[in-house]
Amino acid sequence: MISVYYFGSIALVLIGLYGVLVKKNVLKMLIGLSIMETGVNLLLISIGYIYGRSAPILSEGIGPNQAVDPIPQALVLTAIVIGVATTAMALSVAIILYQRYGTLNVEEIRRLRG
Amino acid sequence: MVSILKRGLAIIILLVIGYWLAQGLSGVPFGQDKMLVGQYYLNHVKQQTGAVNAVTAVVVNYRGFDTLGEVTVLFIASTGVGALLWGKNRKRTARTEGSVVLTTGTRLLVPFVILFGAYIFIHGHLTPGGGFPGGATIATAFLLLYMAFTMYEIPYKAFEKTEGIVGMGYVVVGLIGLAIGGYFLFDWIWQTWGWGHNNIGRLFSGGFIPVIYTIIGIKVGTELSGIIDNMLKEEVKE
Amino acid sequence: MNCIACISYILVGVMILSAILAVEWRDLLAATVGMAAVSLFASILFFMLQAPDVAMTEAAIGAALSGAVFIFAIKRTQRFESEEEERPGWWVRW
Repeated sequence: MISVYYFGSIALVLIGLYGVLVKKNVLKMLIGLSIMETGVNLLLISIGYIYGRSAPILSEGIGPNQAVDPIPQALVLTAIVIGVATTAMALSVAIILYQRYGTLNVEEIRRLRG
Repeated sequence: MVSILKRGLAIIILLVIGYWLAQGLSGVPFGQDKMLVGQYYLNHVKQQTGAVNAVTAVVVNYRGFDTLGEVTVLFIASTGVGALLWGKNRKRTARTEGSVVLTTGTRLLVPFVILFGAYIFIHGHLTPGGGFPGGATIATAFLLLYMAFTMYEIPYKAFEKTEGIVGMGYVVVGLIGLAIGGYFLFDWIWQTWGWGHNNIGRLFSGGFIPVIYTIIGIKVGTELSGIIDNMLKEEVKE
Repeated sequence: MNCIACISYILVGVMILSAILAVEWRDLLAATVGMAAVSLFASILFFMLQAPDVAMTEAAIGAALSGAVFIFAIKRTQRFESEEEERPGWWVRW
């Protein structure tokens, strides 16, 4: 039996993957990718959690043996900011696609090009 | 019909991948202590870096070179947005002015939002936060301005110059470390000069972490504001 | 099961529900709001997993900036996903 956090992150990854595989609209695919990214971040953070320990800020009363793992948090902290910038870049590619072809449907774009 | 077939195939693939992921994750116990490197960082973070917040110390000090790479990725993405949406005569095309509540609230709140962002990245080594959330908070202040006023534009030339200078500042801090201590991004303020060794947990400690986080905060804030600016302006024809 | 576990179960359930709605809604503006809701609930879960740094970043970026960037892109393209060739089932008819 896996934890509820693992279940939630796996469900988010699968829902996002469903959106990427099935949907034909480019913006809907990017929404799916964004949801997948949130799921992966949640999975990393929940792997670093330890029962009964507090956040890794070693102020008064919190020793080195009472804090959770800081490394996944440091990874995810930067990954979120990078994620929004790369999403914005993908969205500008989608805007250019719409200006050139007049549609966002990937199958129609493929047909118009070929 | 094809679409239903495709959807069924996708659901089968998803079930296989989900079973595989759950099978793999059942071997990783939730909530157990499985730290290896993290325990070393937690044990030595106060003596080696002077920061109280271990996440900040890992981001800026132990893995500072990775953070430089990530800031570079952010810069490339922001430049890419600007290059893809480039046009000769670009203006804002919004027509609806914000409501009275929005404009008045924005006039009142924007200085405080920017102040809060600056607080977050200056106190990154003491409290939760740091350069990345602080810069994002500053970018939301500019987003608020864009939403409230139809004619508002950021001074993007000054923003681009600030971004470039600040990005060079990061490399210069690293190169000073190379000259003093022998490797790139060496923490010269903490380890060579020894400033703030006796006030750990106050503002003036933590070596070069506040310096670098101020740099990162300004850089992230200007870049995300530039992305907002580039995505809102459209090319207008006469 | 104590009360904190109840809260996490409810939050994960609502988060998965809003993710499904974000993928299935045909109105892209509504789908963007669903995606921002996923980020917001994920941010509360990050806080419960003792990661306040990540929770702050996710709340500022996932719920505000990411949704805003998507809305700008929708403004410059089109709002509704085009209809597929066959009639959509009852689960997508809004």
